Amino acid sequence: MSVNATPAGARVAAEESGKPAVPAQHSGRRSKAPLSENKKAERKLGWLLCAPAALVMVLVTAYPIIYSVWLSLQRFDLRFPDERKFVGLENYVTVLTNGFWWTAFGVTALITVVTVVVELVLGMGLALIMHRTLVGRGIVRTAALIPYGIVTVVAAFSWRYAWTPGTGYLANLFSDGAPLTERASSLAIIMLAEIWKTTPFMALLLMAGLALVPEDLLKAASTDGATAWQRFTKVMLPVMKPAILVALLFRTLDAFRVFDNIFVLTAGGNETSSVSMLAYNNLIRGLNLGIGSTMSVLIFLTVAVIAFVFVKLFGTAAPGSDEGERR
Amino acid sequence: MADIVLDKVSKRFPDGTVAVQDIDLEIADGEFVILVGPSGCGKSTTLNMIAGLEDISDGELRIGGQRVNDKAPRDRDIAMVFQSYALYPNMTVRENMAFPLKLAKLDKETINSKVEEAAKVLELTPLLDRRPANLSGGQRQRVAMGRAIVRQPKAFLMDEPLSNLDAKLRVQMRTVVSRLQKQLGTTTVYVTHDQTEAMTLGDRVVIMRGGAIQQVGPPQELYEHPRNLFVAGFIGSPSMNFLHAAVDDGKLRTAIGDVPIGERIRRELTANDAPRELILGIRPEHFEDAELVDDETRRRGLEFSAPVDIVESMGSDKYVYFTVEGERASAAELEELAADAGADFSGGGASLVTRLSAESAVREGEDRRVWFNLEKIHLFDPSTGRNLTLHEGRSSGALAD
Repeated sequence: MSVNATPAGARVAAEESGKPAVPAQHSGRRSKAPLSENKKAERKLGWLLCAPAALVMVLVTAYPIIYSVWLSLQRFDLRFPDERKFVGLENYVTVLTNGFWWTAFGVTALITVVTVVVELVLGMGLALIMHRTLVGRGIVRTAALIPYGIVTVVAAFSWRYAWTPGTGYLANLFSDGAPLTERASSLAIIMLAEIWKTTPFMALLLMAGLALVPEDLLKAASTDGATAWQRFTKVMLPVMKPAILVALLFRTLDAFRVFDNIFVLTAGGNETSSVSMLAYNNLIRGLNLGIGSTMSVLIFLTVAVIAFVFVKLFGTAAPGSDEGERR
Repeated sequence: MADIVLDKVSKRFPDGTVAVQDIDLEIADGEFVILVGPSGCGKSTTLNMIAGLEDISDGELRIGGQRVNDKAPRDRDIAMVFQSYALYPNMTVRENMAFPLKLAKLDKETINSKVEEAAKVLELTPLLDRRPANLSGGQRQRVAMGRAIVRQPKAFLMDEPLSNLDAKLRVQMRTVVSRLQKQLGTTTVYVTHDQTEAMTLGDRVVIMRGGAIQQVGPPQELYEHPRNLFVAGFIGSPSMNFLHAAVDDGKLRTAIGDVPIGERIRRELTANDAPRELILGIRPEHFEDAELVDDETRRRGLEFSAPVDIVESMGSDKYVYFTVEGERASAAELEELAADAGADFSGGGASLVTRLSAESAVREGEDRRVWFNLEKIHLFDPSTGRNLTLHEGRSSGALAD
């Protein structure tokens, strides 16, 4: 609900601050009624159109979520099915006081922050290049998107082979042997693989944002005396803000659930497990449904918090708010 | 403030199209010059070259006596107003107007006082803390103007600044722009496709077509003494009537009678390569209901009779449309003008638009006798478009010696 509260509030504020100015308007043509009949009907239609999708969402996501919450409140190990019983929050205490969990959480947070930041910078660069390219636009875009088109596991294997001492073309660049057997270099390689793979996606989202920046605005800025950098930071970025936030949100949520690359490259060895990896190991390999589900729920909560923070950040720039573009 | 000189300036795009060809134009300090022409005539490209938003392929551009070909827009000290207004959506009106000053690193107090001053001039003071999204079209337009004037630049460049406004507001803003320019005395180059705007606003008007200048002059001069068919057809609303005229035995045979020609034009027409077919041009206001013309005036013109098609009463006068028999005038320029006006439909036969006195008792459907002024007609060579009645820059009708 807080998603809607902000833009609506902003609109009311704009309406109020507008009132004293109205007599001075020679040409004011905007309607002063906060919500006309038309707008109400439109809003109702909006809800109706969303309803089928919302219903499907509830069916396919709400049930599994609720079920795993239920599982997380039980001692439930498939190796000892007879010991199944309701334990309340005991599993949560177990997980949250466990060193492995926090190590994995730290690894995940590190990977998330580093990859998203690097992807944002590289993706922006790539988007600018693709946006400005006049010749061979199609080829440039296709080439840039190839990594994203490759199945993650396949790409991860190619990275693993590349870093395997003896046969890998990258491993031989470093003299002292096997980088995937050490923690720091393993993490670096995991992040490299992630960045290589998803930067194009970031670039694509940002390019859509770039298309939102009117050419005239940049022209105006350059006649107003802005350098290329000032045009970028003072005009382009603010106009692109919604697109950037959407891209960041998508990527952050994705990055936090990192799994495939780690699974293939290190299988979580040398303390390189992410939280998803840890949950998988407990749930599927360890058959401990209680602890595994607890971890899943914790991941879900973290992701929800991230999403909430981003949506707060969107503020009036949130997609769908009519602050930016009113006709 | 400064003068702007375009010295044989051309623009060629990488794909080979020539948008602007060898333009020579001197804009004096403080002058208000309008670039006008149909779409694709190169007027906006010319403006963008002056602004520095478009590279100059050839020639030299000087602002204030200084060559600026290779200078970035920000180093040219010019301000531009766009058709889309190009206001920064993330900034308030105040921030929008302060933006160029902030970039120029002025101190806060100076910025504030300049913004307040400009806001007062444009009556934007109550809107200073709003964002562009919460402004009407006219208000946004004024903010765009405000952002241009706060800097006191060497020149204003305006690219169809009023085209997005509705008709009534456009007329209102026209006077605002005009007054503002006079007040500030800043050199202004203004691009428009609207000939009414061109006529009413500028000290001088530059008419462009296909990347070349057709004629430069004060609006009235362009109206009365058009150098060629294109200028004659472009300026004026409703536009000039064009009729096919065949040269025959020292006379012109036209759909509205035989028109005598004076000595000078006759001499020109006896040359070997002289055209045998001409285009006769008459402006709507040079017709009059024959009943309302006194004898003295009658002698200076000719009369004809034609069926009345439509009568539009404007109150102050009447626009009367006649259908006349005969060939329609044809020339490349006329087709281009018609295409630009979107008039690809015109029915059969030639039609005349006349502006008659309001007292005229003309009625639709009847045949009416109409007088027209021989001293005001123009004759054009259909192949070159040249105005044959023009002598040393003045047009003196068909009878001139």
